[in-house]
Amino acid sequence: MNEPLLELDGVDKTYRFFKLSAVALRLEAGQIMGFVGPNGAGKSTTIRIAMGMIRQDRGTVRVLGQPIPAMQAVAKRDIGFVSEDMRLHAGLTLDWHMTFVSSIYPGWDASYAAQLLERFNLHPEQAIKALSHGERVKATLLLVLARRPRLLLLDEPTTGLDPVARHEVLAELMDVVRDDRRAILFSSHNTQDVEQISDYITFIDRGCIIDSSDKETFLDGWRRLHLDVPPGATLPELRGVVETRTSGRLAVVTTRAYSPEIDAVYERAGARVADVQRMSLEEIFVANVMHNRRERVA
Amino acid sequence: MHSDLVISQTDRRPMYLQIMEQIRRRVAVGDWRPGQEIPSIRTLAAAVQVSVITVKRAYLELEREGVIVTRQGKGSVVAEAADLRTQLRRDEIDEHLSAAVGLALQLGLTARDLEERLRELVEEQGQRNENER
Repeated sequence: MNEPLLELDGVDKTYRFFKLSAVALRLEAGQIMGFVGPNGAGKSTTIRIAMGMIRQDRGTVRVLGQPIPAMQAVAKRDIGFVSEDMRLHAGLTLDWHMTFVSSIYPGWDASYAAQLLERFNLHPEQAIKALSHGERVKATLLLVLARRPRLLLLDEPTTGLDPVARHEVLAELMDVVRDDRRAILFSSHNTQDVEQISDYITFIDRGCIIDSSDKETFLDGWRRLHLDVPPGATLPELRGVVETRTSGRLAVVTTRAYSPEIDAVYERAGARVADVQRMSLEEIFVANVMHNRRERVA
Repeated sequence: MHSDLVISQTDRRPMYLQIMEQIRRRVAVGDWRPGQEIPSIRTLAAAVQVSVITVKRAYLELEREGVIVTRQGKGSVVAEAADLRTQLRRDEIDEHLSAAVGLALQLGLTARDLEERLRELVEEQGQRNENER
């Protein structure tokens, strides 16, 4: 197996009103991982721990082979980090920022930076304060991408972007993993972006990782079955079923482990399978979170 | 030449199936010829902005179907099988016909009803083409 570019294991961090518990993540070269959770789930805290900006109470963090926070300075040379609250100097131009970043990072690729200016339709002589939200996000990404870091840690990179800007950003992210030695972790609550470009998906809710798998497994396993259950028939309890809702004769079963044999099992029990529907990542996410919250209460 | 695959967000089928179908069609119409090299998984993923794992899955299934051949470390090519184009066309038409058969049976039509209706439709279409000329 490849050495992971990012590996968190048993990571805890306790705050007064929030606790990150036993967080484990693993990201290998060539992969894009979507890190999905509701607001306040712990996405940003986890990413900041990986960056060494917050020190974990317990657990191990290794990034690009370096233990974090101990060796964060070494690891950070090859990490590109972007977050919502990253501050550029409002009164200075994008060009000033590009010169500044290129003076710190020897890997700065000036011709790629020029290409990105073009593709993102940014003007280097413009002051940061004159940029729209979308332009500022793209400017921040440009400053990171042009360094060509091996690992990108992106906290909500597409939040608040218009559809065209989102398209431009996703295209650049896909371009990064043409090189199979690089990897991207990006957090989002936009499941459409995640569904489109992620190879692996990790769901986090209330400080705990609730599910993590490759995307195809998620999309293949989850299904919603619409059943007609005549009086007298009882639905068997099946492994993988996360929710059963009934109203009158009709039942809607949500499962995370669908296979066509399940239809036959229900039919033998006297029910009729009226429809089997695939689920979008958004539907899977919500069903997963709600199921997990019920389990934790029980 | 490769970025002309288009993935639809509203198509209910999974993305890997959409990619498979578009590649099959390119082979079926002869745009991608037997033996021709096709884009690498990462190149196609970047071009259509779809995850690498999804394109990888599409390629694996196409390989299983015999549409493409992947050579270790050398990328993939369209399979050399001579009757591939005919086969793919037949598969595509079969898919539509099977759907029609399923619906007909559900509606209680017999095989004969269906045969007759199909013949009528073919004639109507021929008539229409005739008129347009």
